[in-house]
Amino acid sequence: MAKVVDARGLSCPGPVIKAKSAIEALTSGEIVVLVDEEVAKENVWRLARSYGCMVDLVEEDGEFRLTITKSDEQK
Amino acid sequence: MSNTWQISADWKEKFPPVVITAGFILGVVGGILVKLGNPPNMGFCMACFERDIAGALGFHRAEAVQYLRPEILGIILGAAISTFFGKESFARSGSSPAVRFIIGMFVMIGSLVFLGCPTRMVLRLGGGDGNALFGLGGFITGIGTGTMFLHKGTSLGRSYKEKFNITSLIMPLLAIGGVILIFMRPPFIFFSEKGPESVHAPIPFSLGAGMLVGILGQRSRLCFAGGIRDMILFRSPHLLSGLVGTFAGVFVINLIFGFFKPGFTGQPAAHNNQLWNFLSMALVGLGSVFLGGCPFRQLVLAAQGNGDSIITVMGMITGAAFSHNFMIASSLKGVQLGGIVSVVLGLIVCLSIGLKARER
Repeated sequence: MAKVVDARGLSCPGPVIKAKSAIEALTSGEIVVLVDEEVAKENVWRLARSYGCMVDLVEEDGEFRLTITKSDEQK
Repeated sequence: MSNTWQISADWKEKFPPVVITAGFILGVVGGILVKLGNPPNMGFCMACFERDIAGALGFHRAEAVQYLRPEILGIILGAAISTFFGKESFARSGSSPAVRFIIGMFVMIGSLVFLGCPTRMVLRLGGGDGNALFGLGGFITGIGTGTMFLHKGTSLGRSYKEKFNITSLIMPLLAIGGVILIFMRPPFIFFSEKGPESVHAPIPFSLGAGMLVGILGQRSRLCFAGGIRDMILFRSPHLLSGLVGTFAGVFVINLIFGFFKPGFTGQPAAHNNQLWNFLSMALVGLGSVFLGGCPFRQLVLAAQGNGDSIITVMGMITGAAFSHNFMIASSLKGVQLGGIVSVVLGLIVCLSIGLKARER
């Protein structure tokens, strides 16, 4: 079960800080980041891409679920 | 490994054209508004202009600075229109609103001791005002201090979506009301007859310029505090490129119009008490980090329906009224004792909030 980071409702740059520490703590595998704002979604997406991670995005009822996958080479 | 930006990130994500363009246009339009009649280096200033609105509504009695600034009304309308068409309209609130009100007051007080919000600080730099360099130094220091708190877990808490999307109507409706009042000019709305705010660009231009900048600001997420904050926190130049764009835009237009006058003395609507230029903007930087954005960004978020930002803007307008009623705001002559006391108090309050509001 992937770790879930609930960053819903946090103002800038809260979601990115939470996502960043979760990505860094991860050696390889998946984490899920939950956000509920367009801006937070864009920022977390950009952060994950900057680490070279794969990002899968699902939108549901105005909330976003970003599944971030880090492989061994992307440490 | 480095936890910073990696080569794999696309350059467009680092230096996004939309953010650079938004900043550049803000700078250019800011210069043009001065040409059309706004006070020098004051094409846009969230602090000065919200202060003018506070004056127009009679919240303070500084007769020289009372004007229902169409730029602010335009920014609200532009951001609201952009939000509507971007289908981003939402109402949310609940992240320590009263604390945000207080921080908003102090961000305004800091800005009026320096004589400009972060946006005007950049416009002043682009006009050659060397005093703004000390403001910039303080602003970076304040933001750096704020990011240290963020690292330690400081947060004003979560906001929540509201059940009904009413909050997102508040600012646009207030702005429409403001536009009607500008044109009707009823006797209970004050308009300066002399002083810096009696000279201004023609209303339709100011309103249109504000709307353009409001749309661009909403689309690009332009934020003057966020630019420096993200650079310190994540080594991400994404938002900083907007600040650089603004500087470039106003610098170019100032050169064209012959407004560029480098120096420290005799700068328009500025003083050269550098210690307080530094400390007042440190307060603005620190407060803006806790709020999640600079005064311009707060205005845009308020227009989008963020109730916490609406409360912040109300706090800023209250702070402006305090600044002029209680001899806090600076003038060309320099800082006042009230300004010194208030900036120190603001720093103590904001640092205390930073220590208290730690999640872990």
